[in-house]
Amino acid sequence: MDKNDVTITIIDRDGVTHQIEAPTDMAMNLMEVVRSYELAPEGTIGVCGGMAMCASCQCYVKSNHELPEMQDDEEAMLSEAFYVKDNSRLGCQIHITPDLEGLEVELAPES
Amino acid sequence: MITTDIIIIGAGPTGLFAVFEAGLLKLKCHLIDALPQPGGQCSEIYPKKPIYDIPAYPEILAGDLTDKLMEQCKQFEPGFTLGERAETIDKQEDGSFIVTTNKGTQHKAPVVAIASGLGSFEPRKPLLDNITDYEDKGVEYMIKEPEMYRGKDVVIAGGGDSALDWSIFLADVASNVTLVHRRNEFRGHLDSVDKVQELKDAGKINLITPAEITAINGNGKVESVEVTKKDEAPFNLKTDHFIPLFGLSPKLGPIANWGLEIEKNAIKVNNALDYQTNIPGIFAIGDGNIYPGKLKLILCGFHEATLMCQAAYKIINPGKRYVLKYTTVSGVDGFDGTRKEAPKAVVKTID
Repeated sequence: MDKNDVTITIIDRDGVTHQIEAPTDMAMNLMEVVRSYELAPEGTIGVCGGMAMCASCQCYVKSNHELPEMQDDEEAMLSEAFYVKDNSRLGCQIHITPDLEGLEVELAPES
Repeated sequence: MITTDIIIIGAGPTGLFAVFEAGLLKLKCHLIDALPQPGGQCSEIYPKKPIYDIPAYPEILAGDLTDKLMEQCKQFEPGFTLGERAETIDKQEDGSFIVTTNKGTQHKAPVVAIASGLGSFEPRKPLLDNITDYEDKGVEYMIKEPEMYRGKDVVIAGGGDSALDWSIFLADVASNVTLVHRRNEFRGHLDSVDKVQELKDAGKINLITPAEITAINGNGKVESVEVTKKDEAPFNLKTDHFIPLFGLSPKLGPIANWGLEIEKNAIKVNNALDYQTNIPGIFAIGDGNIYPGKLKLILCGFHEATLMCQAAYKIINPGKRYVLKYTTVSGVDGFDGTRKEAPKAVVKTID
């Protein structure tokens, strides 16, 4: 494990749990991490590329991590998305930082 | 039957640039796209967002890129079948293909280039059990003929530009317009938001927020919808139409059944040569293809389009000699009779 990595738990859309290492020094976000590990089929996640404009990277945050506050565009997108819960976030808006060590998220269903 | 040299499926940046490259080889193109306008994702999802990795453009808005590509390929007079999705492909005995859309429009050409990006954009449907039963019986996901709403009661759901713009437009056409959105804030152009506010104050739009449509009722057609306001008991609202506008999401769609090799939701191509698929004569270029080392970048799509056109030329003109030409040297001869060329150098004696 690289010293710049954090360990994150991701439950995919089939309910399978993956514990993965994510780099904190590559300006990556959670959606990109999911794609890089191919935990969701290409074309079903990160459709808009990470502009908070499609909600295909919606996930439910299961751990109690303090995440960066939601910006207007993310809140607006989630207000139009489906399967939204109180702990919904857009993966593309969560940047991988050392604070996320131990984060646990579940991918929302495809819609 | 529309006949052409290359049928291009997808009118995004890659498809549009293919028109230009084909034109240089005197090949005509016809584009098919499920969206009502050219530009693909650039025009539909993020027209006002800047792109920074188009060579020689330090910054260009996605919508402007579409405009520039349209201008660049204009003299090659591309045909367009817009608002229709390519549904089937049939190989003919003479080796050509007939591509038919969901509306039955037929196109024939010896070469097909699939530049479909992530797929055709399909409306995102709200999660209501019986919604499909009411499709085209009062439920419409896109407004195609605004006149059909004249004098009717209409409920629109959504919080983006299309929900705002159509509420404004239909306020003058329909008998009643109700706009339902999950929260009080809308995401759209400021003047659209202001206009809706104005129409609401004038009693021309009935705004219900924060609320959701939670059921559709009616016998054979939409007669009412159930509106649930946050923390309140649901109530029924009489309406003739329910128009959910929750954006579009790309789906590979019918192309998946064309016998092409698919991997990771993309079409496998031969990148060593010409981006041809497993079916000779059918190519896949841009974000919708896959090969080792593939990058989904517009600039890569341009390159793939260029090589595809060279291969298409060989299919359409077997055995004919050809040499790559530079536009600076040869100029550009449009199919519309226009000619662009570099100004001739001035030759003058110095005494």
